[in-house]
Amino acid sequence: MTAYDIVIIGGGPAGLSAAVSAYDSGCRSILILERDAELGGILNQCIHSGFGLHTFKEELTGPEYAARYIGMVLERGIEYKLNTMVMDISPDRVVTAMNSEDGMFLIKAKAVILAMGCRERPRGALNIPGYRPAGIFSAGTAQRLVNIEGYMVGKEVVILGSGDIGLIMARRMTLEGAKVKCVAELMPYSGGLKRNIVQCLDDYGIPLLLSHTVVDIEGKEHIKAVTIAEVDENRRPIEGTERRYTCDALLLSCGLVPENELSQSMGVGLSKVTNGPVVNESLETDIEGVFACGNVLHVHDLVDFVSEEAKKAGETAVKYVSGRIERSDETEIELRATFGVRYTVPSKIAVGRMDDTLTVRFRVGDVYKDSFVSVYFDDERVIHQKKRVLAPGEMEQVVLKKANLLSREGLSTVTVRIEGE
Amino acid sequence: MYDVIIIGAGVIGCAVAREMSRYSDRVLILEKNEDVCTGTTKANSAIIHSGYDAKNGTLKAKFNVKGNRMMDRIAYELDVPFERIGSLTVYTEEEQLVKLKELYQRGMNNGVEGLRILSRAETEALEPNISDKVKGALYAPTAGIICPFKLCYAYAENACENGARFLMNQKVGNIFRSEDGLWHIATETDEFVAQAVVNAAGVYSDELNNLVSSRKIRITPRRGDYLLLDRAAKGHVRHTVFQMPTALGKGVLVTPTVHGNTIIGPTAVDMIDKENTATTAEALSEILSKSSDSIKDLPTRQVITSFAGIRAVEDQHDFILGEAEGASSFFNCAGIQSPGLSAAPAIGEYTAGLIREKLSLSEKENFNPYRKDILDPSALSLEERNELIRENPAYGRIVCRCESISEGEIIDAIRRTPGAVSLDGVKRRVRAGMGRCQGGFCSPKVMEILARERGCALEEVNKSSEGSYIVRGRTKDGENG
Repeated sequence: MTAYDIVIIGGGPAGLSAAVSAYDSGCRSILILERDAELGGILNQCIHSGFGLHTFKEELTGPEYAARYIGMVLERGIEYKLNTMVMDISPDRVVTAMNSEDGMFLIKAKAVILAMGCRERPRGALNIPGYRPAGIFSAGTAQRLVNIEGYMVGKEVVILGSGDIGLIMARRMTLEGAKVKCVAELMPYSGGLKRNIVQCLDDYGIPLLLSHTVVDIEGKEHIKAVTIAEVDENRRPIEGTERRYTCDALLLSCGLVPENELSQSMGVGLSKVTNGPVVNESLETDIEGVFACGNVLHVHDLVDFVSEEAKKAGETAVKYVSGRIERSDETEIELRATFGVRYTVPSKIAVGRMDDTLTVRFRVGDVYKDSFVSVYFDDERVIHQKKRVLAPGEMEQVVLKKANLLSREGLSTVTVRIEGE
Repeated sequence: MYDVIIIGAGVIGCAVAREMSRYSDRVLILEKNEDVCTGTTKANSAIIHSGYDAKNGTLKAKFNVKGNRMMDRIAYELDVPFERIGSLTVYTEEEQLVKLKELYQRGMNNGVEGLRILSRAETEALEPNISDKVKGALYAPTAGIICPFKLCYAYAENACENGARFLMNQKVGNIFRSEDGLWHIATETDEFVAQAVVNAAGVYSDELNNLVSSRKIRITPRRGDYLLLDRAAKGHVRHTVFQMPTALGKGVLVTPTVHGNTIIGPTAVDMIDKENTATTAEALSEILSKSSDSIKDLPTRQVITSFAGIRAVEDQHDFILGEAEGASSFFNCAGIQSPGLSAAPAIGEYTAGLIREKLSLSEKENFNPYRKDILDPSALSLEERNELIRENPAYGRIVCRCESISEGEIIDAIRRTPGAVSLDGVKRRVRAGMGRCQGGFCSPKVMEILARERGCALEEVNKSSEGSYIVRGRTKDGENG
């Protein structure tokens, strides 16, 4: 059995950044396992621009952003295997993987970084009634067919769900000469970034129908039309509001789910809110030596934040491998998400192990205007930041300082919440 | 000229074909769709009934019990996953116990083995997640679960192995008998001649029968909607759990599948259109709410897909088997609704036996009853798997990540006879695209493999039947590149 200090599951943006930072933190025994034929993950099909504004201070396309990181991996001579599927990871970190050259093989890892990304919710999970014809795609699948394979998936398109990929595909299909009739969104707010709504819908005159959903799909062999209806506050279709849209493609952009089947089968504890692993300040899961970052941990909006988070996972994995993560009996501080905050990553902190600062990422459950993000150390409010708009589609963050946490003796809970004033 | 032409390549047509291929090398199967297993066989509860439900003395009772008994041998010969997990028919109202006892007695009369009425405690011991309302159950240990797709493909492949011929995209338009006593079957493009005909046309079996028989029959298509849960919900339900019919209607069943998913359904909605397999919102919510009467805390967030199937309900509510009245050598397998899948082996054997007698055929010496399923590499040891990948690297390339299906298995599914020609054909044969992402990741790759194997353009790859194209034309860059 071969052995590596760090095995990274997934060679997308999270895996690449984790590998680079692990190398730069001094580790020389790193292996990236990637199931696809190239490194870069989903970025390879994201040919639009808007990537890298935070990381590189310039606007790159997805493949350009990926190329930067792939370049860094190659420069450092970090090992990777492509077309390689990880079949299993044991709790003691033996990775079983397979490809057509090496067959099925085992790797012993001192540390594992989970960076498998996420998948799209399929039509079936949305319980849309009607026929099951061809012409219904999750937005990412359509994106792959259009951008990588070079084929059109339709000429008259309806999009259900206003996730970022759906918004991006609305523009993409329009540029390819298709007519995008509308984007229907079940919720009263969009799940995507504001900038994508402006740049991908508004700029092209594509209507965004909030509080609307698809209630019927017509066409036995190939999709012919959908019926869209408005929904009430309980997300139930309102009778009499149905409108029929002829179309030859329905794209679904109704949410992303972290892909944690491997994590789950090795026994990693998952959050019911994010569907990603529960992690501490070191991005370590509840299994020692197993770290997680990127969309497998929680779904991000911007790849820049994935890279930043993964950098942290790479650094702490190296600390762990070299025995520099303190295993004291220190009680961990619980991070609590409440009053409008759906979750935080991480969800617990051992102050002794943390760096000088810790970025806590979170999402809100509704749209809030002119509100405050507040952080409480037990009952004392220590952060109170005014935000003009908070929306579920945009990830937020607060930064905690180690010095502040240390100065509160006996601190047991840090609470992140939204406040009106 | 053929000895026999079988119309319809569902599980019944394929079972008859396989049994006929024991006696004849001149067996033809005509299927109107692009593949076998595209009608009622592709969308049902995937269970093998014990046989207590059908009324005493009916063909349903007789062939269900017989088919159930044959299933172990058939599953062994044809290498089809089949598990006798047993069924529980639960009751929730005290007054239903009388009816439950009737079902028990009916089952005993039908010859069902091992039936027992269980107390609440006994039921709970077998099925820990039964709802709090359940007062007890009728336990039928001989009931089982099977993959209906695999059973159908296995019958078809074994029939081919033994010389039967399948022609797809052949919709029968007319059937008539010439003066020499031979049957002529006209499709849109061809005409075929045979000594005998088998009508296994599912919901269309009334139309075929009525073309030739003096005894007219009528089939009503009855839609059944289902929900399928991800394998993450595996273990929540261990048996096929039926509900007793109440004044409010027939209950729904909850059952594991042989692949570790959970099926909930079906509804029963009489339709006019025999092709209408559209699910409805009401039906899907009805299934969900009813299921809680028998099973508690079903993880309904794990729904990965919903679908509807059409079953052929004949007015007399029984199977119609044997030679049609006024149509010598025209054999019906009509009105085959539930428990049709359970009865399939027995119907196949019985119908082939009638034809054998009629045509005075004898058993072929070279008939091979065995068929090997598409290799499942996950069942191999590490060494065996590596040997396989060395021999054929395609087994080392995982295409469907949710179900861990390799390119090797997909190629096998396409190259078999009859092989997969569409995305759905691949999906039903090897489960690529059947998992939690429902083909989101693997469908472009499977399309590519299908196009390569079949030597066609990507635009010609269909999801299922003619007209179900997936991509149409190139993008601007695609055209230039």
